[in-house]
Amino acid sequence: MDDYVSESDSDYTSYWRDWFISSRGNEYFCEIDEDYLTDRFNLTGLNTEVQYYQYALDLVTDVFDLDCDDDMRETIESSARHLYGLVHARYIVTTRGLTKMLDKYKKAEFGKCPRVNCHSHPLLPMGLSDIPNLKPVKLYCARCEDLYNPKSSRHASIDGAYFGTSFHNIIFQVYPALIPSKSIERYIPRVYGFKVHAAAALVRWQDLKRDDMRRRLRKLEIESGFREEQMEEEEEEEDDDVEFEGVDGNNSNMRLIEGGPM
Amino acid sequence: MSTSSGTPESWISSFCALPGHEYFAEVSEEFIEDDFNLTGLQTQVAMYKEALEMILDVEPEDDDEEEEDEEDDDENESGLEEPDRAGVRHGAERRHHSRMASDLSVIESSAEMLYGLIHQRFICSRVGIQQMSEKYEFGHFGCCPRTHCEQARTLPVGLSDIPGEDTVKLFCPSCLDVYVPPNSRFQTVDGAFFGRTFGALFLLTFPEYDLTKRGADVLSSTNSKVPDDETILNGMYAKNIAPGLGGAHIYEPKIYGFKVSERARSGPRMQWLRDRPETITELDEARLYHEQNPDSEEEDEESMAVNGRALVRRRPPGNARLRQRQNHSGSPMALSANGAESEL
Repeated sequence: MDDYVSESDSDYTSYWRDWFISSRGNEYFCEIDEDYLTDRFNLTGLNTEVQYYQYALDLVTDVFDLDCDDDMRETIESSARHLYGLVHARYIVTTRGLTKMLDKYKKAEFGKCPRVNCHSHPLLPMGLSDIPNLKPVKLYCARCEDLYNPKSSRHASIDGAYFGTSFHNIIFQVYPALIPSKSIERYIPRVYGFKVHAAAALVRWQDLKRDDMRRRLRKLEIESGFREEQMEEEEEEEDDDVEFEGVDGNNSNMRLIEGGPM
Repeated sequence: MSTSSGTPESWISSFCALPGHEYFAEVSEEFIEDDFNLTGLQTQVAMYKEALEMILDVEPEDDDEEEEDEEDDDENESGLEEPDRAGVRHGAERRHHSRMASDLSVIESSAEMLYGLIHQRFICSRVGIQQMSEKYEFGHFGCCPRTHCEQARTLPVGLSDIPGEDTVKLFCPSCLDVYVPPNSRFQTVDGAFFGRTFGALFLLTFPEYDLTKRGADVLSSTNSKVPDDETILNGMYAKNIAPGLGGAHIYEPKIYGFKVSERARSGPRMQWLRDRPETITELDEARLYHEQNPDSEEEDEESMAVNGRALVRRRPPGNARLRQRQNHSGSPMALSANGAESEL
């Protein structure tokens, strides 16, 4: 079980893992430490989850020396990838794992938020389930606190369980300084400068929700993370809202738009 | 314009076929030929006249033998298919001996700018918005990257009507937000070529699209419309007011299965952005106002007493006159009837 060769392997110990994290499509993974992989406590329960568990573990830790045919080798290979992913989900919430993922986050290696008002804020990978083979990986933006699909299909097929449902929230608890300031900037649909009534009514309702939350937090003396001046701006804008009544008859589109040209 | 030499492409269709120009509709020549639709563009585009001629594939007026040149013209146009445009310049040089190559590249970029600005107006006209709706149905504009929008189809929009300020963005009617197009080839397309108005005007013009449908679903089943008996609220089908928001469509952060509290410093702060009232009638501000201020308008109060929810109307939203005219293509002058182009 723990029969890894301890001598003369320092140069290529991470051969398999090096290959794995540098291969196309695996850009979201960080490298798991040898120490972490060889501590069997960290692998508790995974032997029932992974087929040919022992061979897969040997392959990941570069001590695989079984003579077998190509089909068998391919099966073990895919088991090894699955095992690596499952250990990865556990590893990235450890102190060392968090720092490694933090480096990747800072370099925006997981991509940038597609939402225009997030101004290319870096994303973090996450899973919608901790159980493997249920949901593919999604990307979390800490600025708008929403989930996005990876752009490329080779990332969209990675199992979300290899990152887990907790990692991206834990990282901001461990590094609170990383929490981005929140912004109330948003898109408001307009027609020739006039707000569209249905969308504007929803925006007003959402703004009330937000103000309620900020009031709740202020009462508890918790920082809400919004920049103050933005709130005042918004309040001023609200005052300008004037309902725009129809100009040419009942059926006009004009009935549906409101406000003044911006 | 058709000649014996296969199917020659016009400048417009070859422009729309260029990589990165997938979002553009083909502006009809009648629209461009109506000077009214081009009001004010002369001052915005350098070498306006030449650019306009290039777009319409017409010869400069000083050319004598028009008919012969037209044949020539068509051959040259096929060169436009080449993305590097070398063929264009070469062919065009043969055509206008006097014109310098550098001139032509200036005219070419002027023509693109002019086409873009006309396009901004065209897609808000009846014929144009109809053409864009076909592209929308086929999912040509891609889908929303937001996970909880479940691949709802998007619309191309600009954040400014002035060229050179920002690139084209995608507006998702399901979450009412705007996103950067996934492919970098769209980051060279000016947002002003689509304009700020198109996205919202599209939803008002075609209120009956089921906004939650994905492009793929629509292709397999023909029905992507909202059934007629849907409730109308604030001028839209209630079902179509941000269907990708609220309830299960809001992300709830959890650590090992436990929700992260709002009181935590890293707790959720942005859920309002993706929220939507559970009972959508909460957004009927006019009705709520009347309920809270019963004496403000007696007439309305009477009608409230009759059917309780007077303001939840069942009238189909949108412009009825517009809808009647959608099926036949009228003269270019009729395009201005909805007041769309003239107000810019």
